[in-house]
Amino acid sequence: MTAAKAMDRPVLEIDNLVIAYKDQDAFHSVVHGVSFAVRPGEVVALVGESGSGKTTTAQAVIGLLAENGRLESGAIRLNGTDISKWSQKQLDTIRGSKISLIPQDPTSSLNPVKTIGEQVGEILKIHGRGDKKAIEARVTELLARVGLSHPELRARQYPHELSGGMRQRVLIAIAIALEPALIIADEPTSALDVTVQKRILDLIDDLRREFNTAVLLVTHDLGVAADRANHLVVLQGGRIQERGPTAEVLSAPRSPYTRKLLADAPSLAKPQRVSKANTGSDEYAIVVENLVQDFPVKNGRETFRAVDGVSFRVRKGTTHAIVGESGSGKTTTARNVVAFQKPTSGRIVVDGADVTALRGENLRQFRRKIQLVYQNPFGSLDPLQSIFQIIEEPLLNFGRIAREDRTRKVHDILERVGLPESTLTRKPRALSGGQRQRVAIARALVLDPQVLVLDEAVSALDVTVQAQILGLLDELQQKLGLTYLFISHDLAVVRQIADTVSVLHDGRQVDSGTVEDVFLRPGSDYTRELIDAIPGTKTFALA
Amino acid sequence: MSRYLIGRIGQALIVLWAAFTISFILLQSLPGDAILIKFLNPELGLGPEQIADIRASYAVDVPAWTQYAHSILNFLTGNFGYSVQAGVPVSHVLLANLPSTLRLATLGFLAAAVLAAAISFLSTLIAFSWLRSIIQSLPALFIAVPVFWLGIMLIQIFSFQLRLIPVINPGEWEALILPVATLAIPISAPIAQVLMRNIDHVLTEPFIAVARAKGASRNWVLWRHVTKNALLPTLTIAGILFGELLAGAVVTEAVFGLNGIGSVTQQAVNNQDIAVLQAIVVFSAAAFVVINLAVDLLYPVFDPRLRIKKEATA
Repeated sequence: MTAAKAMDRPVLEIDNLVIAYKDQDAFHSVVHGVSFAVRPGEVVALVGESGSGKTTTAQAVIGLLAENGRLESGAIRLNGTDISKWSQKQLDTIRGSKISLIPQDPTSSLNPVKTIGEQVGEILKIHGRGDKKAIEARVTELLARVGLSHPELRARQYPHELSGGMRQRVLIAIAIALEPALIIADEPTSALDVTVQKRILDLIDDLRREFNTAVLLVTHDLGVAADRANHLVVLQGGRIQERGPTAEVLSAPRSPYTRKLLADAPSLAKPQRVSKANTGSDEYAIVVENLVQDFPVKNGRETFRAVDGVSFRVRKGTTHAIVGESGSGKTTTARNVVAFQKPTSGRIVVDGADVTALRGENLRQFRRKIQLVYQNPFGSLDPLQSIFQIIEEPLLNFGRIAREDRTRKVHDILERVGLPESTLTRKPRALSGGQRQRVAIARALVLDPQVLVLDEAVSALDVTVQAQILGLLDELQQKLGLTYLFISHDLAVVRQIADTVSVLHDGRQVDSGTVEDVFLRPGSDYTRELIDAIPGTKTFALA
Repeated sequence: MSRYLIGRIGQALIVLWAAFTISFILLQSLPGDAILIKFLNPELGLGPEQIADIRASYAVDVPAWTQYAHSILNFLTGNFGYSVQAGVPVSHVLLANLPSTLRLATLGFLAAAVLAAAISFLSTLIAFSWLRSIIQSLPALFIAVPVFWLGIMLIQIFSFQLRLIPVINPGEWEALILPVATLAIPISAPIAQVLMRNIDHVLTEPFIAVARAKGASRNWVLWRHVTKNALLPTLTIAGILFGELLAGAVVTEAVFGLNGIGSVTQQAVNNQDIAVLQAIVVFSAAAFVVINLAVDLLYPVFDPRLRIKKEATA
């Protein structure tokens, strides 16, 4: 009876919450009247793109809004008590003990100059749980509970000595240390590799069941939300577009925005593209044979083999994807192909030219044929140049082209990537992430290259923007006959865009072939593990 | 580690050699010389032959490159030559004046560090925004003030107006208060600026949010998480500021009439006492190099990320 009653009462109730940020002198609302509830043992996912207000809402719950943010109205009830008007001092008593946080980026979420043990022990110390010895014992116990081997050793290590996944385990250990009623998981795995992501989400699931904790999961990834949440709250521009039980929202979305999100999510959507793997040209744009790349380590006393015997061929006008997790050698392979790095051994032929033999002026001229688009559209554009200057610059590097011709060329390319002419006079900071990535693609295309190397080119973008950019890439490929080498950690995206694929693991090529073959009949356990770890696949298979 | 150390010491030696050579060239190319300034004085009544003898005894007329070779060999054996003005070995002049300058510089530096820390942490802790902006603008003011003017103003205010510190025959430590303040104020400014920026930066780091989410109060976070991370980059600035400290000591000693390397430098410049100047340049360069080497070697002690990695464990 009492247990059932406790089940009914929500741990967290958000009621008509309005949050504003101060900009210049005025406050502007960014969250407009959001309401939802989280019950014990339940996972509620706040889903939305950047700017949707999901993180702001989560920060408000734990009382850690940015300095220029404030709660305008509404209530935040924790176990029935409204904490929205509490002072920071009052909130200090419940933070950590009643509500805890699993943050987004494990690499920067631990103090670099304190040991793991100190940082896990700190939460016990703040809330006065036991003397030094008791805390030490509890720290070891917690580290073991979150699945870290050698917990005593870990406690003495510093954050930089642990991998990203291990650090996230440490942060989870901190979050569960006092068995709080509510855990806020703010994009807890978006900085992690997909196989690590799965293990971390499994761990959070286990712990939630063990302690009957309520979990507020903030995520941009509908796949993750679909797999892990009981309830979805879909946010857009600070307003709830839709909320309800996960299965209902996914199978019968009522709002057009949710339908669009579902259509754009690569892990949930069916690939609609017609594969050109077998119908493309007979000519190869890229041929890589037995590529090996060694790097000296420990002052040159030893070598580390980053790429170990990778071979693939890409037909003209098709897309080849190189998939792998961090440290798999995928970026090194890309750098070899664009001749930024001379391989230790192996052969690379791009458009009939042996890349490894190129030097000096020949190498410079070769760069016209093959261009690179980087992951981060914020860092890869010079903030002081106008968009026109950014797109024009490659033309200035190759030969004398009359000013009118350059201007015409820039305008043509801009139209091709779907940007309005008014963009040309702007600076990068005035553009959104998606617009910037279009600029980066325009800059790469202005020299009329044959091959585009896309290094995680859509990874930093929201799903709807990601879908638009993938659509643009597809359209450009068809119109211009471009060949893509698509570097990605995201198998779901690869399935959307690539014709053929190579899967890399620790520098070795563990699988290769057409996308269909590799996805349906993976040749290695690792590829199978990668495919299983794609969030949303369970739900997708059921739907 | 030892390979790194040998490399760093090698670099330090090159810097010292360069400092010696450049100062040698500059000092040699100055018009006039110390012997003419001292001995051509008509009151001494020296004839041209006697002056020629003196010149020969100081070996000032041999070719410059011979002098260069001689003095570099002498420096290597610890012989810094003779002060023309004082008529004693340069090493005696330096040793006699070093302790007081060392005391002034050390106290000045400590005072600067305390002042910088006080400004930075107060600017974070104080709740009133008007007071905070006043404190935050102090470093810019401190940098803009010339040392000689600051010294004179401090004497004016504290000795003549308020009569807090006697100008005539002050106590040994009492006499140091104003010079130390004069030296410390401009040095504290860049440290405070860097420290304030670091504190602001560290406060935005995700690990601070994690600490707050543990239930840590603002002060807990400030002392246990922000301080050490914010202080680390200031170490480099502190090493570089040592040069400022020397320059500041020259002016401060002149303004307050204190004995020390600063006043020796000033006199040597007036009298073109090249041997003394050469020794001071090399001595300053050596101190600068040693302090910055010490800073670099100290970093791993404070920052675990810079320690040599142990073998990765399973």
